[in-house]
Amino acid sequence: MAEIVINNLRYRYPETARLALDGISCEIHQGEFIGIIGRNGAGKSTLSQAMLGLVPNFYHGAYGGSVTVDGINVKEDTVDDLCQKVGLVFQNPFNQVTGSKLTVYDEIAYGLENFGVAPDEMRRRIDSAMELLDISQLKDRAPYDLSGGQMQRMALAGIIVMEPEVIVMDEPTSQLDPQGSEEVFRAVSALKDEGKTIIMVEHKIEKIAAYSDRVMLLDDGKLVAMGTPKAVFSRDDLAEHGVVAPTYTQICRKLGIRDREGFYPVTLEETRSLLESDMKGGLAG
Amino acid sequence: MNTIEVHDLRFAYTACTEVLKGFTFTLDERSTAIIGQNGAGKTTFVKLLKGLLRPTSGQIVFNGHDIADVSVPKLAKDIGLVFQNPNDQIFKNTVIDEVMFGPLQIGMSEDEAKEASRKALDIVGLRGQEGTNPYDLGLSNRKMVSIAAILAMNTKVVIFDEPTIAQDHDGKERLHEIIESLCSEHKIVISILHDMDFVAQTFQRAIVLAHGQVLLDSDPRSVFSRRDVLQHAFLEQPTTTQLCCALGYNDIFLSPDEFVEHYQTLKASRL
Repeated sequence: MAEIVINNLRYRYPETARLALDGISCEIHQGEFIGIIGRNGAGKSTLSQAMLGLVPNFYHGAYGGSVTVDGINVKEDTVDDLCQKVGLVFQNPFNQVTGSKLTVYDEIAYGLENFGVAPDEMRRRIDSAMELLDISQLKDRAPYDLSGGQMQRMALAGIIVMEPEVIVMDEPTSQLDPQGSEEVFRAVSALKDEGKTIIMVEHKIEKIAAYSDRVMLLDDGKLVAMGTPKAVFSRDDLAEHGVVAPTYTQICRKLGIRDREGFYPVTLEETRSLLESDMKGGLAG
Repeated sequence: MNTIEVHDLRFAYTACTEVLKGFTFTLDERSTAIIGQNGAGKTTFVKLLKGLLRPTSGQIVFNGHDIADVSVPKLAKDIGLVFQNPNDQIFKNTVIDEVMFGPLQIGMSEDEAKEASRKALDIVGLRGQEGTNPYDLGLSNRKMVSIAAILAMNTKVVIFDEPTIAQDHDGKERLHEIIESLCSEHKIVISILHDMDFVAQTFQRAIVLAHGQVLLDSDPRSVFSRRDVLQHAFLEQPTTTQLCCALGYNDIFLSPDEFVEHYQTLKASRL
């Protein structure tokens, strides 16, 4: 059975005329890494907020269809039930900081305190999340004194410690340096290997191509495509939907080099190997 | 020609930890990307340029004047800084009021400010949103409002702190055009960035910072050829350059088009 089932989801923010989500249906399985891509305004953040019921319960507005997570209907059920299942990392970490804690350590503990987790268990989880994200040295700093990148990792840690089954992330590495961003992708990928379901909105297309099991392409509130990164990024109509394929895919498309299944490659390694054999073929011919 | 000379610039937030350990270079009309690890001192550096922080020692000389002798309000006429987080910058109820605030503060008349603001909103693609509350816009457009607010001030120096955050492909293209157009007006353009592909394809110069020091300062092609130094600075090469290295090429290419052209020539020569 699918872990997340979205059925003909339609949603309009209050006092707006346009559907922000327009008939989205899909199933997501436990342990999948799903990348959500699309131009600004396509509905990516709205969809991620719909997965834990902030749309519509927090924003209100007009809502149709349904989203269920592990059988729980996100609109009908209470936030307390849902937040043990799904965690959301906000697009702007500044919006996620509680403002009620004086240190990074206490800030990360906030969710666990509300769950009533035992102190020893809290410490174990917090230490491990801080280590995973390489922020242990920041534990006594004030949350608002952090740099953008540090704050972003703190916000992510605050969700990871709650050990939700599904982690929804809205551009979680937008303010990180390239290696820090790669580390977060690896950490998230390790969580996926532990069986967590990962939903990530992201503009870093090469990373999405390398880490996602499946990619959802949204445009104008509609689900344009959902499939493997190769299948989605080999589409001819990406530009019409305001999306650019990974650099490697662009290069191979220009050179007309496809893999055995007829798709263009999406990662560095595949591209290297295809180009090397193409060059050898050139030599032989 | 506009220049900012930075002499042995040092800064510490607390007595025991020096964040900038002596920067010396001259910023000129080449568009310059500042790149480096989180916590390397990038944002601190641009706040010093803007006069929001004062150096512990060293000098910043803008067009011949030490900025230590100029008040922050006076400096604001010449040096504009777009904050990393638009929420830190934006405080008005409508987009037009927000964008007009800076121009009015530096002495433009109401009409001039309105004209400059409309032009700036055109450039960032938000014409028609004058009456909207900036907080009803998504993060990417709110970031564009904060950029328009600085463009409207028509300063000689424009500094961006991570402008590509939350921008999609079209947004990045727009930023690319904005930066090129500011350069053509002979302004000093400086930007902190984490998107190496964007740096490679947009900027004329890249300065790599790590641990409070300048590790590299050159054109992007030279900077991105130094894989070892980039690694040390927690950076990576642009995606096309990574492919060049994986294939063992000696030449460095910065964009898919450059790569494809080279590959086709190479392949033709082998046939």
